[in-house]
Amino acid sequence: MREVYVIGLGITKFSRLEYPLIEIAAYPSIMAMKDCGLNSVDHVYVANMGGSRISHQTALGSALVDHLSLYPAGAETIENGPASGASAIKQGYMAVASGVHDVVMVTGVERMRETNNLEATDFVASLAHPLAEQIYGVTLPSLAGMFTRLYMNQYGVTEKHLAMVAIKNHANAMHNPNAHLHMPITMEGILTGPEASTNNPYVADPLRFFDMCPVSDGGVCLILASKDVAKKVKRPMVRLAGVGQATDTHCVHERENPTDLLAVRGAAEKCFKMAGFKPKDVDVAELHDAFSILEIVESEEVGFFKKGEGHIALEKGYTALNGKLPINPSGGLKAKGHPVGATGVGQAHEIVTQLRGEAGARQVKNAKIGFSCNFGGFGNNVVALAFQKEK
Amino acid sequence: MAIDLEKLLRPVDHPVPPFPPKFVTLANGEEMVIRQIDREDIPALLPHVAPLMQVERDYYDIVSARLYAELLGFYRHRVQDEYVLVAQIDGHLAAIVNGRLLNPDVGVSYHTLALRRGLRIGAHAFAAKMEYHIDIMKQKEVLIVAESPIGFRRWMIEYQLEKRFNVAHELGGVPSYALTKKLFDRARESLVVGRRPVPEKLLEKACQAILPPTDPPKPPFDVLAATRAMYDSTGTALRASRQKLEGGMSK
Repeated sequence: MREVYVIGLGITKFSRLEYPLIEIAAYPSIMAMKDCGLNSVDHVYVANMGGSRISHQTALGSALVDHLSLYPAGAETIENGPASGASAIKQGYMAVASGVHDVVMVTGVERMRETNNLEATDFVASLAHPLAEQIYGVTLPSLAGMFTRLYMNQYGVTEKHLAMVAIKNHANAMHNPNAHLHMPITMEGILTGPEASTNNPYVADPLRFFDMCPVSDGGVCLILASKDVAKKVKRPMVRLAGVGQATDTHCVHERENPTDLLAVRGAAEKCFKMAGFKPKDVDVAELHDAFSILEIVESEEVGFFKKGEGHIALEKGYTALNGKLPINPSGGLKAKGHPVGATGVGQAHEIVTQLRGEAGARQVKNAKIGFSCNFGGFGNNVVALAFQKEK
Repeated sequence: MAIDLEKLLRPVDHPVPPFPPKFVTLANGEEMVIRQIDREDIPALLPHVAPLMQVERDYYDIVSARLYAELLGFYRHRVQDEYVLVAQIDGHLAAIVNGRLLNPDVGVSYHTLALRRGLRIGAHAFAAKMEYHIDIMKQKEVLIVAESPIGFRRWMIEYQLEKRFNVAHELGGVPSYALTKKLFDRARESLVVGRRPVPEKLLEKACQAILPPTDPPKPPFDVLAATRAMYDSTGTALRASRQKLEGGMSK
């Protein structure tokens, strides 16, 4: 297997983007090509979840190739729910590592804001089991609410811990010009103050409004290449060192212990094994905090902290931007935003930006090894990625 | 005999109690003052409403155009029994709400304009307006319509308003919804917040001057619209852009 490097980066602001889906994909792709100085690629992978349903557009891979005149490059669209982004990166990795291609473009894109929030929630709920979950009205917030209640009972996590995750990630996003939410929040304003229960109402008890990620549009692109090409383009050498993927039952209630996210655990283990790292080696991480509880639980399942101690690490400030292991310096899904199909590529974009030392005010000092966890379904399909900065 | 035409044109307002100012702590910890303003304050508002007529997003263009006219109507005595409340954060204008009395028992809600998005600024201001009608002016109900889906979610769904479809609302003659005292009482605990009295310094800062909004809504930004317009809608502009990559090279 050949070594694979990230040589080009491009991203739109995560926000409401009022231009066509394909242009949301095209803009960061041009930026990424400009970043590495290449004007052609061998293959294009486009990660997307809702194009067919929300934007009435399919075959985005072919559309992007045409939009950028990248013929005769091959093209595919990758759909794996909210883990589509990291899945597409995995496909790109395999294409380069196997020697089939030298340079591939991986672009994640989603346009969700053209529909209203109710329809967006319904669209995301389409990843739930149709006969055992969907027909009972299950949505992702409702699953997350039940999961959180169980987790609180078992491990002592409180609403204050959830609020701490949100406050931390909103603060990080203030330093990220591409983040959806540039809005600091305070404990008084969202939990303890006299107006907090109106500012931050329950959405799916015990999860409140500020425990939820926003509905975002966004596009992100990574150009992956072989070592030979990476040396030629003279950008910082960041290697995609590990890729791990694991699955779990479709229905959360079929899991022996629903608070164990075994696919997260399995994906991380495979990823670290391939990369030759241990969780303690990681300098910066992006975890899939679509709901604030998930940052805490994933930080345990990937091996950063012992099971049931993620909230204690949070309390001690370990996961803050200046902590021992900064988590979600970008603002995470919570504040950077969650354009579902693009999210995994967005996480990788942040990690590579950090390892390049180009993250500005949110730069994690001396970051050499980074990790991202892209959580599909409600933990039934997870892709983990590890990156290493090389001299 | 000379006729004082202005006297004929100008409606006579009925006396109503003033809205006592209150303040709300927002999710970001900032304190927002909601207070009533007088006619002479209106010229200070208009320059901040006018630019929003160009914001073709979330019905800001329609709402701001109509609100502008209502504010002018209030200023020049061409609307009867109108009132205007403003929300300010550190003196900066954050929201404007207005309405009027249809009769002693029934109020009419006109507009809610958030000049800063998020943090429930518009929702808090709307709640204050309803509080003015129901609690302070002791009205039985308020007629309401929404011009945007966001408004519909905030008013019709959150307050579970009753239909008054037999009554045409003053805004566009569309069927009205109504907030009754019973509905308001039900929503009071979850949606209507704020404390009184406003700390002296906070109120003083708000009354000193209505400062411009810090982050007003802006027209949609289309990063590629300019280049797309120069060519066609099929991506030619993007192709041209890609081909112009400086120092571009093949792998």
